Amino acid sequence: MSEQLFKVTIDNITVEVPAGTTILNAARQIGGEVAPPAMCYYSKLEGSGGKCRTCLVEVSKGSEKDPRPMPKLVASCRTTVMDGMEVKNITSPKVLDARAGVVEFLLINHPLDCPVCDQAGECHLQDLSYEHGKEETRYEFQRRTFPKVDLGDKIQLHMTRCIMCFRCVFTADQLTEKREHGILDRGDHAQIATFIQKNLHNEFIGNVIDVCPVGALTDKTFRFKNRVWFTKPVDAHRDCENCCGEAQLWMRGDEVFRVTARKDEWGEVKEASNGKTGWICNSCRFDKKEAKDWVIDGPSKINRHSVISQGHYVGLQKPTETLPNVLHGRQPKLLMDIHSVSEVNKQNIELSALDRPAHSTDFK
Amino acid sequence: MGRKLLLEKAHVENIRLYDVYRREGGYRSVEKALKTMAPDAVTEEVKKSGLRGRGGAGFPAGMKWSFLAKPEGVPRYLVVNADESEPGTFKDRYLMEFLPHLLIEGMIVSSYALGSNNSYIYIRGEYAWIVDILEQAITEAKQNGWLGKNILGSGFDCDIHVQRGAGAYICGEETALIESLEGKRGNPRIKPPFPAVKGVWGCPTVVNNVETIAAVVPIINEGGDEYAKIGVGKSTGTKLISACGNINKPGVYEIDMTISVEDFIYSDEWCGGIANGKKLKACIPGGSSVPILPANLLLKTAKGETRYMNYESLSDGGFASGSMMGSGGFIVLDEDQCIVRNTYSLARFYRHESCGQCSPCREGTGWMEKILWRLENGEGKMSDIDLLWDIQRKIEGNTICPLGDAAAWPVAAAIRHFRDEFEWHVSHAQEAQIRNFGLGHYADEIHVPVSA
Ligand SMILES: Cc1cc2nc3c(=O)[nH]c(=O)nc-3n(C[C@H](O)[C@H](O)[C@H](O)COP(=O)(O)O)c2cc1C
Ligand code: SF4
Ligand code: SF4
Ligand code: FES
Repeated sequence: MSEQLFKVTIDNITVEVPAGTTILNAARQIGGEVAPPAMCYYSKLEGSGGKCRTCLVEVSKGSEKDPRPMPKLVASCRTTVMDGMEVKNITSPKVLDARAGVVEFLLINHPLDCPVCDQAGECHLQDLSYEHGKEETRYEFQRRTFPKVDLGDKIQLHMTRCIMCFRCVFTADQLTEKREHGILDRGDHAQIATFIQKNLHNEFIGNVIDVCPVGALTDKTFRFKNRVWFTKPVDAHRDCENCCGEAQLWMRGDEVFRVTARKDEWGEVKEASNGKTGWICNSCRFDKKEAKDWVIDGPSKINRHSVISQGHYVGLQKPTETLPNVLHGRQPKLLMDIHSVSEVNKQNIELSALDRPAHSTDFK
Repeated sequence: MGRKLLLEKAHVENIRLYDVYRREGGYRSVEKALKTMAPDAVTEEVKKSGLRGRGGAGFPAGMKWSFLAKPEGVPRYLVVNADESEPGTFKDRYLMEFLPHLLIEGMIVSSYALGSNNSYIYIRGEYAWIVDILEQAITEAKQNGWLGKNILGSGFDCDIHVQRGAGAYICGEETALIESLEGKRGNPRIKPPFPAVKGVWGCPTVVNNVETIAAVVPIINEGGDEYAKIGVGKSTGTKLISACGNINKPGVYEIDMTISVEDFIYSDEWCGGIANGKKLKACIPGGSSVPILPANLLLKTAKGETRYMNYESLSDGGFASGSMMGSGGFIVLDEDQCIVRNTYSLARFYRHESCGQCSPCREGTGWMEKILWRLENGEGKMSDIDLLWDIQRKIEGNTICPLGDAAAWPVAAAIRHFRDEFEWHVSHAQEAQIRNFGLGHYADEIHVPVSA
């Protein structure tokens, strides 16, 4: 039986997609601004989507057979197309208004601690708020905070930044045999948790870091080591018995700062050459931190609008250190640690725990 | 005096017990249905009766039943929604406490119509003692051959199971209820698929309110057409109303839907007037989720016509000047009640009960609660009122389940109708801490333009 094709028009552009395709995936075929932003949907995770509501669109015509418009905005990631359907995304003022609302809701309790967040530069919430957010906030209350929690020695959970997309829960559920990772409580006090801060012992649990759209789940082996836009992503592979062994190395010079799965243009883990989703195992991610562990395939393709591509590095050479040169071969000596003498920056103050901008009085 | 179809026998001594219930004519509908009717004929009677769901949305029950998918070899389920957690609603509790066999009887007939061999009662955790009552009734019914295998020799098997919730309002939403029944976290599912196609354990399922299922008993006994003669328009049959607040006689009343709201509040047959000789200020006529109305719009519609206690009349005027029948939780507020405070406590409830899946509801409910707290405690700003309006507007319609709407509507209606009282809380912040706004003009006659 040949696959049935449906015609769907999104923002006045018509595409043909197989029956069963969601509006979001049809829009992604068109690409660009027509594709609604998606914070919770993840094509590789079954059951994901429908929650964050950033992908809401207006269906102005249900189908050829039943042209009635849908009464409410629908989540494009969970609504399948019908033949002859007409959808408005950025051409609908209703959608833009609702989306601005969703972005505001996602941000009211977010700590906005991008300057100290490892995810900055590759954070989907940052991108979303640049595009759809407002400059000022109307929220004048204490922001919700949670203590930081270590999920084992390699992953840190900083719930305060979480947007409750449930992706990590689906990942833990679908990639690991024993589920230890879920949600406690409900409403605005709900939290991602592993029940009494259990270690997550599983070869694939590291992937929760890759699916997290924000800086709520971060790689402890990389924390505060570097800003992503100072590092260079390169595609690399190795023979691995656990996973596809195809990864992205985030390097500076010869040093491998971080290993992640490879991502596609929607920020999702890509397919590997074996056709399966390119999840990587923990040992590739956390233990193979030397260039000699890997065969480097070449620089990763990064969207030129991304801040990460600001550091052009094609043909870049490692600069020689100047100091030993002018000091006739002597290594520079550490004269003093600025933190130990400066009153300005107290290291024991956790900036991201403040529910407001830091002020000089915080350091008094 | 209207007819009583459900609570007629509620005061018979020991009606809770099988022998008394049977002596009073109980289980006749099971005999009639299983011995003389085909399952589809039962559904047909329910359709003819015009019975609308009593859980809040008012969806025609017979129509819902006929949407149930019937694939070969796949079990189907009937689930009775006894979660009853909507503030102001306590009619199902009364029914199950006093007439447990009425629910069981209705369930057997409904299960027969739907082809459900295992039916469930999902009951809110706080109704712990009712679980015992229901389980006793189920045991009695089984001992007397109304449940189990081959009931009355009809070849139809049916068992009823009671499942207790763990105390979450959201588990009254039908898909959250199904998740919870399956032993999972009570998060509403994303629809479609609807329960009629994929419900409990992925099988076709009908979820109905306790009162809806109980009403099937008189419908089968008397026939759908007879049932439809009671009431008016699309509000057929009788409706249980749980009345509470500042009235002389709070309680559960069975009304036929032809009486006016004014009669319901002031007549001695029902609420018996406002308590302590106070004046009526406002009312939430259908449980906490429906829009609150000021006294003038409650008793008369915007067109100046008498408002009646039925689905159509209560919603006359849409949300601009009307409300909803909802679940029948009738909450009356007298002149001493503060609308801002009342709205705050509702907002607090919804913040606490949001499941947290979707961003607008999770974040918006908490935000509204905080602003309302500030207004109520004399720290509000004029701009807060518009901000509240904007927040509720961005929640409504943009969420997975109707809890988001249910949280938005009370706030919207309070601002729509009681804006002066909100403003007074800002302009007279000090005074608002020691006295209430009072009745204002909320009971004044509404000027209706005379049309030529
Ligand atoms: C947040 C929420 C809570 C609900 N709680 C209840 C409830 O406690 N009891 C109930 O019968 N229906 C409740 N409902 C309505 C149910 O989803 C469903 O519509 C109803 O059980 C259908 O039965 P009916 O057609 O007989 O009314 C609730 C809905 C929502 C959105
Ligand atoms: S921790 Fe990250 S992936 Fe998990 S729910 Fe929160 S934002 Fe989503
Ligand atoms: S509207 Fe509220 S209660 Fe309903 S699914 Fe969304 S977050 Fe949960
Ligand atoms: S991406 Fe569709 S709702 Fe989150």
